[in-house]
Amino acid sequence: MTEEEKLTRFNSKIDKEEKIEPKDWMPDAYRKTMIRQLSQHAHSEVIGMQPEGNWVLRAPSLRAKKILLAKIQDEGGHGLYLYSATETLGIDRDEMIQQLHEGKAKYSNIFNYPALTWADIGAIGWLVDGAAIVNQISLQRTSYGPYSRGMIRICKEESFHQRQGYEIMVTMMNGTPEQKQMAQDAMNRWWWPSLMMFGPPDNDSSHTKQSMRWKIKRESNDVLRQRFIDKTVDQAHFIGLTVPDKDLKFNKSTGHWDIGKINWDEFHEVINGNGPCNKQRLAHHIKVHNEGRWVREAAMAFAENETRTKKELVTH
Amino acid sequence: MSTKDNQLPLWEVFIQSKSGNPHKHAGSVHASDKNMALQNARDIYTRRGEGRSIWVVLSENIAASAPEDEAELFDPADDKVYRHPTFYRVPEGVKNM
Repeated sequence: MTEEEKLTRFNSKIDKEEKIEPKDWMPDAYRKTMIRQLSQHAHSEVIGMQPEGNWVLRAPSLRAKKILLAKIQDEGGHGLYLYSATETLGIDRDEMIQQLHEGKAKYSNIFNYPALTWADIGAIGWLVDGAAIVNQISLQRTSYGPYSRGMIRICKEESFHQRQGYEIMVTMMNGTPEQKQMAQDAMNRWWWPSLMMFGPPDNDSSHTKQSMRWKIKRESNDVLRQRFIDKTVDQAHFIGLTVPDKDLKFNKSTGHWDIGKINWDEFHEVINGNGPCNKQRLAHHIKVHNEGRWVREAAMAFAENETRTKKELVTH
Repeated sequence: MSTKDNQLPLWEVFIQSKSGNPHKHAGSVHASDKNMALQNARDIYTRRGEGRSIWVVLSENIAASAPEDEAELFDPADDKVYRHPTFYRVPEGVKNM
């Protein structure tokens, strides 16, 4: 088959809503885009464990601590599902981690913000996981088979993440004036970065058009962002939280909430490494990775030794 | 700085969700040996009671058919409709067949 015929076949598969599987022929640019997006998603899950890990030892009750641990363990698991899906594209785990450590691969910007109080754990679950879920539900229909299957699995598991976050916010909004203030403060700090999680506006997004053509992305950044806003504003009002946007207004003609201007300069600043925690997050990952090296080496040495011993037993 | 190190061999994971069901591919894990592969698969793929049995196999030991051979391998079954029971006409009135 000529390259052209392969491309025609690939495109017709995409058009017919068939999934692309690891061994199928795909254009280099599709493979590259898929590796970039999937590895970035995997790194986000893993780096996302850090702001929450900060609160495990300070959770206000044993119940809260168990829930937080289970959530963080899920995030680690989700990272591993996604690394596993990325590896089907022919990149190995070493290379992905190296790209992360060298700053060549990104992770979600949101995790460069600190979790300052217990209310932040509520806001992260409710807003950050809430935004991630909107995005991931859409990605269940992505054209790459292993990614799509990973998203289906992850969405099933994540529904508790958002609920536990909202539960924390509800509890604090029913608490003392100080607790209410703490919840509002977390809302004020996490609202805008959560909206930025969907990426730049459609007319500034360099990847959107081709990704939509290939059905890697199924809906645009702005469409997903609006869906999240419409869901979340009512949830905030219901428990007495104020959305920190003086221009927020319900638009009767469109049926959507209109928001004020997003500060995209802040978004680019943080992406370019100048967020509050960029250095800390990466330094921590590198440190833990290097500290674990001897464990991996010892495990391999043990496995090789076992195999050798078995062989000797057979031959003697 | 080089982070190149050994991430341990890759294993494919198959999970049986309940007794009588087939083992189904779930994903992969990295592990140095069979025991670690089973342990890691349990931790990663069965956190909510999704499994009652796990198989792991070194990824390099799996042979897979090539997508370009799909037609050659599977099309021959298409013109053998007589392999399906609906191909046959059973006389009216005949029961339990």
